[in-house]
Amino acid sequence: MPDETKSPASPPPEGEPKPTVDRPATPGGVKATSSGSVQSETKPAPDQPAAPATPPKAVAGAPAAPAAKPAAAPPKPAAPVPTPWDSPMIAKLKGHYGSGIEPLTYLGQNYMVVDRSLIPEILQVLRNQEQFDYCVDITAVHYPKREKQFDVLWILYSFPRNQRIRVKTQIADGETLPSSVPLWATTNWLEREVFDMFGIRFDGHPDMKRILLPDGWKGHPLRKDYGILQQDNEWVQINLGIESGQ
Amino acid sequence: MTDPTSLSPLDLETPDKTFLDANELVINMGPQHPATHGVLRVILRLDGEKVMGLECVIGYLHRGVEKIAENRTYAMFNPYVDRMDYVAAVSNGLGYCEAVEKLLNVEAPPRAQYVRVILTELNRMASHQLWLGTHALDIGAITPLFYTFRDREEILKIFEKYCGARLTTHAFRIGGLQYETYDGFEKDVKTFVAFVRPKIDEYEELLTTNRIWLERTKGVGKISGQDAIALGVTGPVLRASGVKWDIRKALPYANYKNFDFDIPTGENGDTYDRYLVRMAEFRQSLRIIEQAVDNIPEGPIMAKVPKVIKPPVGEIYHSIEAPKGELGYFIVSDGSTQPYRIRVRPPSFVNLQALDVMCRGQLVADVIAVIGTLDIVLGEVDR
Repeated sequence: MPDETKSPASPPPEGEPKPTVDRPATPGGVKATSSGSVQSETKPAPDQPAAPATPPKAVAGAPAAPAAKPAAAPPKPAAPVPTPWDSPMIAKLKGHYGSGIEPLTYLGQNYMVVDRSLIPEILQVLRNQEQFDYCVDITAVHYPKREKQFDVLWILYSFPRNQRIRVKTQIADGETLPSSVPLWATTNWLEREVFDMFGIRFDGHPDMKRILLPDGWKGHPLRKDYGILQQDNEWVQINLGIESGQ
Repeated sequence: MTDPTSLSPLDLETPDKTFLDANELVINMGPQHPATHGVLRVILRLDGEKVMGLECVIGYLHRGVEKIAENRTYAMFNPYVDRMDYVAAVSNGLGYCEAVEKLLNVEAPPRAQYVRVILTELNRMASHQLWLGTHALDIGAITPLFYTFRDREEILKIFEKYCGARLTTHAFRIGGLQYETYDGFEKDVKTFVAFVRPKIDEYEELLTTNRIWLERTKGVGKISGQDAIALGVTGPVLRASGVKWDIRKALPYANYKNFDFDIPTGENGDTYDRYLVRMAEFRQSLRIIEQAVDNIPEGPIMAKVPKVIKPPVGEIYHSIEAPKGELGYFIVSDGSTQPYRIRVRPPSFVNLQALDVMCRGQLVADVIAVIGTLDIVLGEVDR
């Protein structure tokens, strides 16, 4: 398995002259470390590995970004950066919660990075006052090198506004989140899946147990530090009495 | 529809006491049951023949698609998405390719867009035909299965001629299409449209006013629009409950905004209305295909996409109206050749969650009808 990461990562030098010129920073870093199946290790250099560089860039690049964006048709120009997202709803929320919310737009999609402590309230307000009546999805992303290891995302849609937004927060390993089942019944299974795959618990969930994997499963597979082969090897060692399966 | 204090569907009046305090019966349906369309296990709590509640046990087909994605390049992962909802592989591919294109900030050229729409709509029809045949079969009508499979074959033949595969087609590439249409593609599509239009009337003749069909579907598995939204149900199931919402219209993608079509809706949110909505969708798909096939522009079929796909650091959520509902891809890029994370928002998985609400108070035999009417594919539920 680890080799598989290598093979696709190696072609760039010959095959791709243009983008390397455009974005010198990233490709170099990636090529250098194509070693493990755990991808996160490829790109942790800055202290904020991937909250796709939102906080720093947004502040610095705010005025410059609109100019850069329209030009970004083919892959040539520099990558677009998140820009601040402004709307009456955001103004209202900002007025209430101040710096706990960071509203941004990336590639035309709006999202807000919300402080963990504000999550219960924000979700409540979005559901009950701002009419985001449909919770599309809940998911998480794991960044093992970061202190707050997980990004948790709620993708929300409002039928009356015809608008889709994302709410994003960061939590540490072992930290829990409030369940949104009382707000959106659909989150029941979605939260179970996040628990199953990442081991993030949701307080107040009616039935917090695994959903796709068997109850006796060890570990949470979508964490970056989960070894794909470990489970397999353990199984063959116990059941077949040989060293390793693959 | 948006009353903030809407009742959670979990509070629906549930028969929590058995009749005359008889013993509650717990039985297993599946995981190997012909009417569950795959390996789905349903634990039923019964009062005689009445369903008091049920629990779905899923995951038997879990292949870890999202984990696989993290160890593949963007292009390598493309064929995997075909294997989630394997009866609507073209739609899956469309959603994935468009999501990556958005992340790369490129757009497929117009010619590719038209061919994509034609193939996707053909696939929507194929998916609905498979649904109709098996759903009717579950309820006891055997004939429609032969009719629908006969006609679905014609769609699969077009796919086969176009890209060599019938089911898991891998028809699209990131940035457009790999294959130019074959000689006579337009003619084949037009012939098919002319061929299938009367066949849809034929299906309707078999079922729409059939008394047994009416008895088995009317009032069965009702769900209100409000509950459907709370449960995140999308696609024809949501529309049959009276919510006029289709991503092709609400948040247009591909080039659907160039086509003229309606969103069929139902009123009662029961199995019969869901049947009618899907039948109407057949005809709308035909309308779209007809408009598209006459206007395929000349030009390139691939946008300028670098050979090695390396989207800039960032994340994107893109969703399409798959035959079963909202199919979304959430992709996080760390700037390397492989996605840092791909999350698939599968319509079948979310829709299946409504099974409990829809079956409470119904008879055991109706559970079969409701599973059929939800139109789930277990490959997509479990991923």
